[in-house]
This record gives sequence, structure tokens and C-alpha cells, in this order.
Amino acid sequence: MSSTIASATPRESLFSKKNRKLITDPLDDNNPITVQVLGICSALAITVKLENALVMSASVLFVMLAGNVVISLLRNMIPSRIRIIVQLVVVASLVIIVDNVLKAFVYDVAKQVGVYVGLIITNCIIMGRFEAFAMGNKPAPSALDAFGNAMGYAWILVAVGVFREFFGSGSLMGFPLLGDATEKTGLFALGYMNNNMMILPPMALIIVGIIIWIQRARNTKLIEEG
Amino acid sequence: MAIDKNSNGATFTFAIVMVVVVGTILALLYSSLKPYQDVNVEREKKQNILAAMNVKVKRDEAPALYDELVKDTKVLDANGRPTEGDAFTLDVMKQYRDEKARVISAEEMKYPLYIGEKDGSPLYIVPMVGTGLWGPIWGYVAVASDGRTVVGSTFDHKGETPGLGAEINTKFFSDQFEGKQIADEQGKFTSIKVYKGGTQTTSPRGVDGISGGTITSDGVDEMMRRTLAIYYPYLSNDGGQSSNSGGTTDRSTAFHNHNATEEQP
Repeated sequence: MSSTIASATPRESLFSKKNRKLITDPLDDNNPITVQVLGICSALAITVKLENALVMSASVLFVMLAGNVVISLLRNMIPSRIRIIVQLVVVASLVIIVDNVLKAFVYDVAKQVGVYVGLIITNCIIMGRFEAFAMGNKPAPSALDAFGNAMGYAWILVAVGVFREFFGSGSLMGFPLLGDATEKTGLFALGYMNNNMMILPPMALIIVGIIIWIQRARNTKLIEEG
Repeated sequence: MAIDKNSNGATFTFAIVMVVVVGTILALLYSSLKPYQDVNVEREKKQNILAAMNVKVKRDEAPALYDELVKDTKVLDANGRPTEGDAFTLDVMKQYRDEKARVISAEEMKYPLYIGEKDGSPLYIVPMVGTGLWGPIWGYVAVASDGRTVVGSTFDHKGETPGLGAEINTKFFSDQFEGKQIADEQGKFTSIKVYKGGTQTTSPRGVDGISGGTITSDGVDEMMRRTLAIYYPYLSNDGGQSSNSGGTTDRSTAFHNHNATEEQP
């Protein structure tokens, strides 16, 4: 049935204006973290170091992309009363598959991701995209939507991660940039100190808040009326 | 499309098919990947034992070097006396959990010990397990032949907070244990205290804990105290006996000099 509809309407280019918007929207106007305020828990928990933020972003990208496509393929078969359970099963299975494949073949990465596996399953952005987009759209747009949202999630995580690691530990990706804090070399010799507040979770919330502030100051249509 | 996908029958059928399909896929995947995963776990264990001896090695090369450097293994009972058993396959983590759940008593616990050799000196590598904030933590501590000087250590964890408690697996933390003493001058067991606040780093029996990771640091402290107390009688006696005739001091000074040169660059 769906194939007859597809051939009746003119085939839409993968990079049409509508499809491009699927990717660009979540980066700014409809960012999952700063506008929809989803996935905050993982943004707080794992942005102490930039590396963690990158690993988490890559894992979410994979799970969201594969999950959105799977849900989209099954969308005409999934009974609506159990659709949330079906979505949950898809996320959970994908995460288990990723975790097991990583453990068998890239053990070092698996040790990095291991902590975040649970966080991926509970990431509201993924379930949110399944429910709001993949359940009602074809696989190709669903893949684009997943990519856009994962990127919207990733850039916030990376921004917060850079900020927290640089000011909290004086390093990026584990490389010390300002000298050694315990040996008192580099900037630390001049009396500079790392901000320990940065490595505590509340600071992530404050940084996300500042990003939201800047974003709304720039993009006034996001401001809700009184 | 004669079937209503929202009918009870379709809902049940979908659920059943989904569970069977997903279950089969995951079971097949798990059983086909398990051998690869086990190899990684075994290599990592050997790599950790070597890391406690301050031997840096890639995981792929760990088994060969392990066979070369680890000369002997022993299993101790709860009173620190040698007993029967295979040290490498002894699952200390499972035993620790069983003891906590009162499946086995503390008296029944067995303690594996790895005896390695580096630069002509024997090293005693003690595996240990404990509890952090979110889950298990574990580590290996290598003690020199005098039975009380820590030569190296390595720690790891299952799910401590990244950037906080999870830092126990960094070199920055484990390097602090090098050269510390687990007993005082009279030979009385003291363990190594993990201090909060970082003012005690110069103490021969104390190291600096991790800021923001207090409960994990306390876990390391408890784990070392509990485990090393069992091994200490064996380590202090055997270390003295196996290298009598004045060889002890020669060897240990040679060993320390070697460490010092390693730290220089």
C-alpha cells in the first residue's frame, strides 16, 4: 500500500528544503537540550571531560540512527497500545548489541562507553524521536531526523565538556594546557587555580542555562509570550 | 491489509513475535561473541597484574610477558596460610559478593597471590575487591620482598562517576602508592590511608584521595585495609625467609634505585 503512494507522488530529493530542515532545526531552533530540555541528565553526568562527551555523542548517534530507521520500518505494524514498549525494546536491544560488539572487538572503547550504556537507554531524546517522528515518517527522513537531533545533542555536550574540562581540570582531551596543577608549573606557578566547582554536576546545569540564555537573546522567536 | 493492527490478536501476536525475535538475536549474538570477550577479559587481568609490577604492556602482548614474569601463584586461606587451589581462575569478585550475601562465610574465603619477578627481586601481587559509590571497585597491589613496601598498584571500577570517583583508574592516583609502607617501623600492619583533603601526601603510610570522589576513595581505603591484613602475615614472613643472609637489603636498595632512575626522565 505504501509503495503505491510513494510512486504516485513525485519523489522527493534527499536534500530538499524540508529534509535539510530536519537536520538544521535540531541544531538551533528546536535543539533537544536547550529548547526541548530533554536528555539533561546525561548532559550533566558525563560532561566533566571532553572525551566522555564525544564517546557519549557517538553512541547516541548510532543508537538513534538505527532505532529511528527500525521504528520507521515497523511503523505500520506496531500496535498503538504497546508502541512505547516496542520502542523501549528497540532502544534496549540496540544498546546491548553495541555494548557486546564493542566488548568483543574494541575493548578499550567498550570500557569507556560501559558507564553510559544505561544512560543511553534512558535518554528521553531517543524515545522522543521514535514517538514524535519515526512512528509517522518513512525511513529516509527518519534517518535524517535522527542525525540532526543527535548532532544537536552532541554540540551542546561538546560545548559544555570543553568548558568544564578546561576550567575544571585545565586540560582538553586529557592533555594539560595550562601546566601541572600539582607541580605548580605553567599558569599554576602564577597562582592560577582550577575551578573545582566545574567538575561538579550543578555547573553543567549553569552552563546549559547560559547557552539557553545566549540562544534566546540571539533568536527571539524562541521566547515564549508572557 | 485486512488485519486490524490494533486488535487484541494482532497486539499479542506482535508482542510474542517481537520477544522471540529480539531474544533470539541477542542470545545468538551473545553466545557468538562470548569467546572473544573472554579472551579480552583474561588478557586484561594479566595486563593489570603486570601493571601492578610497573610493567607497561599492550593488552595483546600481556599473556606472553605474564608467562615470563609471573613465576608462581599461591592461594591463601582466611588466616593467610597457603592452601589448595588455582589462583588465576579464582573469582575474587564473586567470592566477595557471596560473602556479602552470606552465601559463604568469611572463613571460607580464599585469597590468590601472584608471585612475580622483576630485576631479580620477587614481587608479591595481591588482588583486591571492594565497593565504591555505585558499584564494585578492584585493584592489584604489588608488594616488595620485604613484605611491606608497595612497589606498584593499579585500580579500576565498574561504574564510578566519570571525572570524580572514576579517576581511581588513572596513573595520577595509583602512582601515589609507589614506595608507601603497609606497616610501621615495628612491623605492625597499618595499611595505607587514603586521606581526604590532600595534606598527607608526604606520609609514608598515606595518599591523597580524589576531590569529589570521597566515597570511592574511602572504598579503596577499606579494600586495601581488609585485604592486605589477610596477606600481611604471609608476606612479612615469607619475604624475610626467602631472602635471608643479608640479601634483603641489597635487593631492595637495588630495586629502589632502579625505580628512582625510572622516574627521572
